[in-house]
Amino acid sequence: MSLAAVASPIAVVRPRTDEALLDNVTRAFVIAICFWGVVAFVAGVYIALQLAFPALNLGLEWTTFGRLRPVHTSAAIFAFGGNAMLGTSFHVVQRTCRARLFGGAPVAWFIFWGYQFFIVMAALSYVLGVTQSKEYAEPEWYLDLFLAVIWVTYLVAFMGSLIKRREPHIYVANWFYLAFIITVAMLHIVNNLSVPVSLAGAKSYTLFAGVQDAMTQWWYGHNAVGFFLTAGFLGMMYYFIPKAAGRPVYSYRLSIIHFWSLIFLYIWAGPHHLHYTALPDWAQTLGMVFSIMLWMPSWGGMINGVMTLSGAWDKLRTDPSLRFSVTAVGFYGMSTFEGPMMSVKQVNALSHYTDWTIGHVHSGALGWNALVTFGAVYFLVPVLWGKKALWSTRLASWHFWIATIGIVLYITAMWVSGIMQGLMWRAYDALGFLQYSFVETVEAMRPFYIIRALGGLCFLSGALLMVYNLWRTATSAEPEPQSAVPSGPAVAHAAQ
Amino acid sequence: MSLIDLLPQARSLWTVWFFLVFLGVVTWTLWPGRRRELEARGRIPLDDDQPQGGGRHGR
Repeated sequence: MSLAAVASPIAVVRPRTDEALLDNVTRAFVIAICFWGVVAFVAGVYIALQLAFPALNLGLEWTTFGRLRPVHTSAAIFAFGGNAMLGTSFHVVQRTCRARLFGGAPVAWFIFWGYQFFIVMAALSYVLGVTQSKEYAEPEWYLDLFLAVIWVTYLVAFMGSLIKRREPHIYVANWFYLAFIITVAMLHIVNNLSVPVSLAGAKSYTLFAGVQDAMTQWWYGHNAVGFFLTAGFLGMMYYFIPKAAGRPVYSYRLSIIHFWSLIFLYIWAGPHHLHYTALPDWAQTLGMVFSIMLWMPSWGGMINGVMTLSGAWDKLRTDPSLRFSVTAVGFYGMSTFEGPMMSVKQVNALSHYTDWTIGHVHSGALGWNALVTFGAVYFLVPVLWGKKALWSTRLASWHFWIATIGIVLYITAMWVSGIMQGLMWRAYDALGFLQYSFVETVEAMRPFYIIRALGGLCFLSGALLMVYNLWRTATSAEPEPQSAVPSGPAVAHAAQ
Repeated sequence: MSLIDLLPQARSLWTVWFFLVFLGVVTWTLWPGRRRELEARGRIPLDDDQPQGGGRHGR
């Protein structure tokens, strides 16, 4: 292991790079994060309203829930989350390795535009009904191949940057990013192995059949959570929380153990998506046991992130970026407690196929992924656009509270709705007949669907405040000089 | 008995191998002598824009 070979003295003067770091692409990624974030939240609010008011399906095939739902999930996970990962990883790897991105501008722009093209093509294909019907892996074979090329290029750029680093040690955030890139490449390629019906047509059939297909899909699906939505975002946490707090991570040794325990455990947790199915019992139990064990590294990482603030708690009051990141870690702790609990077969018997799962996913996606991304973006925009601070800290505070209230509305509504739904499904009357028909459960859930849509609307409004705030931060002149005359672009945009 | 006959047993022991490797990682990381060196690495992101030769971070 190369780690052992590095015997760096304690008080080192960090090496610096003479090359200019590549920040143009990172700026483009930040814009993409904001854009796709808003798209994902709008789509989410719209389909949430469709569930409460079915007339919003509009009677058109392109706007039905079934076609818009993957648009929402892919926009949230792959467009918003993916751009957040790509952008922050480029920022972090260059700074912690003190080296310009490997391949330079051409490779970085190829990755940027290739990825955006993939997103647009995928969204179009969903709306038009072209899908291979695998959850979170809906794009058909030709888009999968295209994405594989982009992703391998990304891996090369990231690895190359690590190899040419000036810093002797690879900072832990990069380990998480690298694990994310490699594992997602593996998951994407294996789960999408399929046989196209013809070279000119979109339709393909998966290489796997029956329960093997289901297991491969949820091996992919759960590790999309584990490596896309967890490992990559933990890389973000390990860079942006110490940066914003101005203190090193609480325990670097804990971060190493956190990394390896997460890597060793996560890949086995997928079968908990297939409890009480045709999957063999031993595989279900294996998935359950590994999911419960995952609680340990998850909370180890959460403690490491939150305790980084010990001695600097006051910064939570003044630094909006830090407030978002630390609250995100709190939600991470909460949803990584809920997840292992739901993976227990007896709990899953109640929760599976109900709205409880949707609530759980959103406490992770909104509470952890989105908030930690907002924290990173609030930190990045002043840095990347060369400003001293955000345009408005107050607006960021408003965003924080509106978003948090939105998440709480969302997840509590789904808890109540999901548990109620599960209990209604399993209720028997005195004669042993099912007590409720399916449509009665749907009717009972309607008020909670409306509350959920309200929560989503809050979250979306907060994000719009953020976009405005970041726009003003990037385009306004610094407030320091007394007669702050807005620069040209700011005037131009203000006039629009 | 050839090596290939050992394969089924060796395969079923993968959890044990992984666990031993993991224990090795934990031991290596928590070894008391490495404490100062490893914790110093936590400063990597903070020493970002230090001018060459400037040593605020020396302990």
